[in-house]
Amino acid sequence: MPAASSYAESAQRTFERIEKSKLNAFITLNKQQALQTARDVDDGKVTGRLAGMTVAVKDCITTKGLQTTCASKILTGYVPPFDAEVVARLRHEGAVITGKTNMDEFAMGTSTESSYYGPTRNPWDLTRVPGGSSGGSAAAVAGLESRMALGTDTGGSVRCPAAFCGVVGIKPTYGLVSRYGVVEYANSLEQVGPIARNVPDAALLLDVIAGGDPKDSTSVAEADKVTYTDHLVDDVKGLTIGVPEEFFGEGLDKRVEKAVWDGIMTLNKLGADYRKVSLPHTKYSLSAYYIIAMCEASSNLARFDGLRYGLRTGKDENWHTTFSRIRAEGFGAEVKRRIMLGTYALSEGYYGQYYLKALQVRTLIKNDFERAFKDVDVMAAPTMPAPAFRLGEKTDDPLSMYLADVNTLPVNLAGIPSISVPCGFAGRLPIGMQLMGKFFDEPLLIRTAYTFECNTDFQKLPEGF
Amino acid sequence: MDDEVIIGLEIHCQLNKLNSKLFCGCSTKHHEAEPNTHTCPVCLGLPGALPVINKKAVEYTIMVGLALNCQIAEHTQFYRKNYYYPDLPRGFQITQYDYPIAADGIITVDTDGHERTIRIRRVHMEEDPGRLVHQGSIETSKFVLVDYNRSGMPLIEVVTEPDLRSPKEARRFINKLRNILEYLDVFDGSLPGALRVDANISLRGGARAEVKNISSYKGVERALLFEISRQQNMKRRGVKVVQETRHYDDERNCTITLRSKEQAEEYRYFPEADLVPLSVSGWQHALKEKLPELPDAKRERFKGQYGISDNHAKVLTAEIRVANYYEYVASKIDPLLAATWVADYLKGELNYRDRDIRDAFGPDKMVYILQQFRSGVITDKGAVEVIRTLLDEGVSPNGEPRSEPQDVIRNKNLARVESDVTRTACAEVLKENVAAIADFRSGKAQALNYLVGMVMKKTRGRADPAEVNLLLRELLECT
Repeated sequence: MPAASSYAESAQRTFERIEKSKLNAFITLNKQQALQTARDVDDGKVTGRLAGMTVAVKDCITTKGLQTTCASKILTGYVPPFDAEVVARLRHEGAVITGKTNMDEFAMGTSTESSYYGPTRNPWDLTRVPGGSSGGSAAAVAGLESRMALGTDTGGSVRCPAAFCGVVGIKPTYGLVSRYGVVEYANSLEQVGPIARNVPDAALLLDVIAGGDPKDSTSVAEADKVTYTDHLVDDVKGLTIGVPEEFFGEGLDKRVEKAVWDGIMTLNKLGADYRKVSLPHTKYSLSAYYIIAMCEASSNLARFDGLRYGLRTGKDENWHTTFSRIRAEGFGAEVKRRIMLGTYALSEGYYGQYYLKALQVRTLIKNDFERAFKDVDVMAAPTMPAPAFRLGEKTDDPLSMYLADVNTLPVNLAGIPSISVPCGFAGRLPIGMQLMGKFFDEPLLIRTAYTFECNTDFQKLPEGF
Repeated sequence: MDDEVIIGLEIHCQLNKLNSKLFCGCSTKHHEAEPNTHTCPVCLGLPGALPVINKKAVEYTIMVGLALNCQIAEHTQFYRKNYYYPDLPRGFQITQYDYPIAADGIITVDTDGHERTIRIRRVHMEEDPGRLVHQGSIETSKFVLVDYNRSGMPLIEVVTEPDLRSPKEARRFINKLRNILEYLDVFDGSLPGALRVDANISLRGGARAEVKNISSYKGVERALLFEISRQQNMKRRGVKVVQETRHYDDERNCTITLRSKEQAEEYRYFPEADLVPLSVSGWQHALKEKLPELPDAKRERFKGQYGISDNHAKVLTAEIRVANYYEYVASKIDPLLAATWVADYLKGELNYRDRDIRDAFGPDKMVYILQQFRSGVITDKGAVEVIRTLLDEGVSPNGEPRSEPQDVIRNKNLARVESDVTRTACAEVLKENVAAIADFRSGKAQALNYLVGMVMKKTRGRADPAEVNLLLRELLECT
């Protein structure tokens, strides 16, 4: 296809592709407004660092005037009256927002199969999952349905789909990006992160969204003094890469293990040193993560009762009956499971045994990273223990689904930044390598990832795209 | 019954002097507003909206903590209290649990002449939920409306130790607390919903009941009296009092069972991760400097500076507005005279009318009245009459008194009559009361009082009784 002669034409083609697509990457399209923005960019009325670039937004990030459902039936028809801070920043920089992408319901999942709007498919193999929970965002980027996308990462939800779809995904340091307008699932863990086909685009998107926001008390002004695109430097000489042995444990796919070690050796050849490190409490991260996430979820999702917004079905009866019915109908099975488990774990007599214990483990995990980072600059490990699995393969076995997150969760518990970059293939399925950094050391992660990208050839398009 | 009564209070006060709500920029001035007009994504709990602490609210709470002689926490943190209710838009209330902002304080309360020290367990901050509005009564209403204007209003909760020993003492404690908060200018206790009280009550050795939903100053005493007699009656009949939560019905003046101990609510408290822990201990030094003079200190100063009695000083310093009113008057006229007239007469007339000093006339008018009294233009009775008239007339819609004191003096003909008029009146009375004169001369002293009364009647109270007394004696001796 010849290059588009205008942003409007390019956006038009993008929507044609989306409308014909088999991926089911989007829940709601923003076509009219997107095309208008593209025309305004063409006319010079709209400018900015993202002027004319198509950006898809995960459906748990609120968009003023555009339906935001978190892929849940309970938010059917909810049109927020305000923009999330990250969306406001996209608009300010002239981005063409294509629409709201599919996801696991309320970001609870690793496969984008728990969406009320049906699963998203992996562009590399339509019978496989795109990963999750930001599966729609990663699939849209890999499938050329948007140039970039925003995802959210609570336990790996940006990095997992980035790895499964062969694209780049960044989980920023907790606090780097405003969460204002991000519908909360596990608020002490989640961050908005960019997904893009290459490191420079991911760095550019991070530049736009990162920065302190007075509307989010947990955000910090750290990013305000950094320009991430300045760190797109092809040089890793003198760096020390840590290889945490616990991330190469039981159940790791051999092809993934090889691809990641090849990646580490590539960086080694480019001048980086490497050494094995130990993060001894990693084995507790799965339990700690799920307890914290479920406890927070049980509280965060309490507001959804259909009374003020969202789903309102049947005849109104007394308040208890009505909201119970709406919830029974509006929440999917995985969401109900997590609300119930979280409620249980926070209950009188269990709090100390579960939630408090999980917070203590979280501190140990954070300490592990801090200790290991005294000796190394970045760490490298597989993002996911295996390539994308088949649709339906794990839907009946929540535990095996949770286990898939084993390498991504520790990063969220510690609050540190991480980036997943393509590092090889298992057959035709992409493999992701996760680089982890010190608090607010996104610049070094970007430099390392960029160097890797410049010196390898894994940035491919799926067959037929 | 001489059972010892044990009362502990949890008092919720809206920091309604703040301009904005606790976690968002919405205005707190919504009392006259249409429902749901003072809301935003944050106080409506819309998905994705995040709370941001109102720094001024934290400062106000620290000031309250300092005024109640509390320890200010090194670090303070917010928690989520999870429960479902339609007026709670997030499904949890943001409050404090461990790490309250202030703890371990004391205040003294004057109980029938002696001071008692009441320990304050803690002072913490929390947000108010919205408000349910029933069409008609709760029983008959077919639906309920929710007004979120109140959602997110900043509250402080003051929790006492179980140190109070009577309903009257509880009411005095609450009045004292209100007065302190008004001194600090963080609270206006006259606004609707400004204060709500939960009380824990037991008879020594018995189980305690928590009485919720007491929302007026007078209701506190009434609810406690009801609950105590309920417990005493049970004890007399040999029925065991059980630990439970009871609801106070203000209209019917009774308490009813809400839930037993077994049905206790489970709030699943856990830290609110959207608000970072605050290190506040460093704030207190600057805030200490900003603390105004508080009631007890002012009372001492008034005694020293104006030479007034302890009782006057106490009455005059209880409420900040009365204290300010008095100081204005005392700056213009004899402070002792001012104390008597403000503390005894003006405050007395206001109490009789169940009114606040804000509903009275300005202190400049009080100065004028006292000047007229001092210079003999009006008598003390006349001065009281002016005060009563002005209070009964009230204020016009623009907040100004309906008449000036001089109008009242003129219209009611209160100006004291001249001495010669009094003298004429005395002469007339003596002529008309020959029998009384005879009584007086035969040694009946009361006869003179009768004659004075007759003169006062003749002059319609405008004569000075002391002067009449003198004149009558003089005239009786001459004849």
